[in-house]
Amino acid sequence: MDDVVIIGGGVIGLATAWRSLGRGLRVTVADPEPAAKASYVAAGMLTPVSELTYGEEALLHLGLASRDRYPAFVAELEEVSGRDTGFRDDGTLQVALDSDDLALLGELRRFQESLGIPAETLTGRECRRLEPMLAPSVRGGLLAPADGSVDPRRLTAALLAAVERLGGTLVRERVAEVLTEDGRAVGVRLDGGDVVRAHQVVLAAGPWSQDVKGVPDGALPPVRPVKGQVVRLRSTTPFLGRCVRGLVRGSSVYLVPRADGEIVVGATQEEMGFDTTVTAGGVWELLRDARELLPGVTELEFTEVRAGLRPGSPDNAPVLGASALPGLLLATGHFRGGVLLAPVTGEVMAELLATGSMPEVARPFSPGRFQE
Amino acid sequence: MEDPLVIAGETFESRLIMGTGGAPSMNVLEEALTASGTELTTVAMRRVDPGSRGSVLDVLGRCGIRVLPNTAGCFTAGEAVLTAKLARDALETNWVKLEVIADERTLLPDPIELLDAAEQLVDDGFVVLPYTNDDPVLAHRLEQAGCAAVMPLGSPIGSGLGIRNPHNIELIVERAQVPVVLDAGLGTASDAALAMELGCDAVLLATAVTRAQSPALMASAMRHAVTAGRMARLAGRIPKRRYAQASSPWQGLSSGG
Repeated sequence: MDDVVIIGGGVIGLATAWRSLGRGLRVTVADPEPAAKASYVAAGMLTPVSELTYGEEALLHLGLASRDRYPAFVAELEEVSGRDTGFRDDGTLQVALDSDDLALLGELRRFQESLGIPAETLTGRECRRLEPMLAPSVRGGLLAPADGSVDPRRLTAALLAAVERLGGTLVRERVAEVLTEDGRAVGVRLDGGDVVRAHQVVLAAGPWSQDVKGVPDGALPPVRPVKGQVVRLRSTTPFLGRCVRGLVRGSSVYLVPRADGEIVVGATQEEMGFDTTVTAGGVWELLRDARELLPGVTELEFTEVRAGLRPGSPDNAPVLGASALPGLLLATGHFRGGVLLAPVTGEVMAELLATGSMPEVARPFSPGRFQE
Repeated sequence: MEDPLVIAGETFESRLIMGTGGAPSMNVLEEALTASGTELTTVAMRRVDPGSRGSVLDVLGRCGIRVLPNTAGCFTAGEAVLTAKLARDALETNWVKLEVIADERTLLPDPIELLDAAEQLVDDGFVVLPYTNDDPVLAHRLEQAGCAAVMPLGSPIGSGLGIRNPHNIELIVERAQVPVVLDAGLGTASDAALAMELGCDAVLLATAVTRAQSPALMASAMRHAVTAGRMARLAGRIPKRRYAQASSPWQGLSSGG
């Protein structure tokens, strides 16, 4: 019998598995296609500062806590797995294209400063000295020097390798239902009929978390799928030195460069249920805005476009901790921040699984906040 | 005071119609809609899947707010008519907020496509509420085409510039036999009050609330502003004068009680 069975092998389930194995727990992860959904589509921006939103200060602090854990997290992971994660901490430049966009950026800067986060304001020329490919029309920018990126595909491959190295079990099968005895979760039944028993069950199935059978209604996390289309381009010559986010006449686009020349352009945000169709309009909007910021993108190779489903909660923040069903813990609802929040989520979930106590940093995100 | 808004025979206590675009999260949206007191809220049909759970439509259902589907994102009469029909099938309502946009930069209505789409939809039995320019002639033509209300803009969508041509809004109000709803461009509470003082029957807004630093507080401000503006309109404002006129008489007070 295992200590923990984790439903879902995306970046959150795998980070939780790896950190729990590190605490000496016996862990099984069940997922028919691990690391194949949102974790595979995500761009991997680690940008809590440049994503700051009014009313989401608690989420900012969780994001900062996770970003600050990243260097040690990837160093240890790369050591254990023997794989590179593509982690970069070379900053994020946020730029504005016209004066309306610049005014919005100024508002963001004042909000950041009011929270004690120093922001470096740059003129259009200073932005272009940092990133010469930026359009001459860029009016100004904000540099978040500590915001960076990671390659989620490499990160999850490394997590899978680390989980196996530490003796975790990966079952490539869908969970048919959570098993309960005397009002307590005691394991899962797989599609094929096999049963995995465990002292604790972690539900980390992203937007599919609400569809898991065998769990009473009140114990399921209130998550919904939020579709995002992401384009991948490739450059054979140096194109971008760091992540660039842009406000282009009110709409937002980002470009994330990788060491191997890949440039990820994202992302749409659509409330379309479980639909993952790639649309002409989605691709067009991304490339239109990317081209406004960086006219040279039209010269790059178009290598891929894909749509993923983010698990969105009603307040955009993750749902972490004990559910209303004893023995069932939740780790989902990370919305746009799953990759960013993986280190802190893995750590707090492992702590909770090992000791029964939730660390302070994650307490504002307990599932109980939706039960009013 | 009994003073309901009546559109196509349906009555609403609230004269504030809300939009949902720009809300940072579903929770924030729900708090803002509740604080606004709205009974009618418009949703972009191209941006939601009516079948999915946890969506904007779920929020509206939970709050008991009637859904007004809109055709945001349509550039031709053909697209708008098709979108309205899809909305009618999906949501089982024949009401539609008709938007036909001319270009992405200004998001101003295309008057020719708008009128064309309005005529087709009215003929097809829709209750049409068109988002229109602040042009009194076009507003009248839309009314003649059988629209259930006219919804002139104060200024471009999302601009927060307020009512740029109050005179035109007054001209539209003066002539209209259907409700006039000031739609788009409002930035803060005084803009909403002004719309009502000019004689509009209702106000439709989204961005001013959803992108405010505290959306629920701004929604509450808008609710009060709409009520205040409506009451001021009914009360009848004083004429403007060049010079002062003392509010208390100068003579005869000493003999009073």
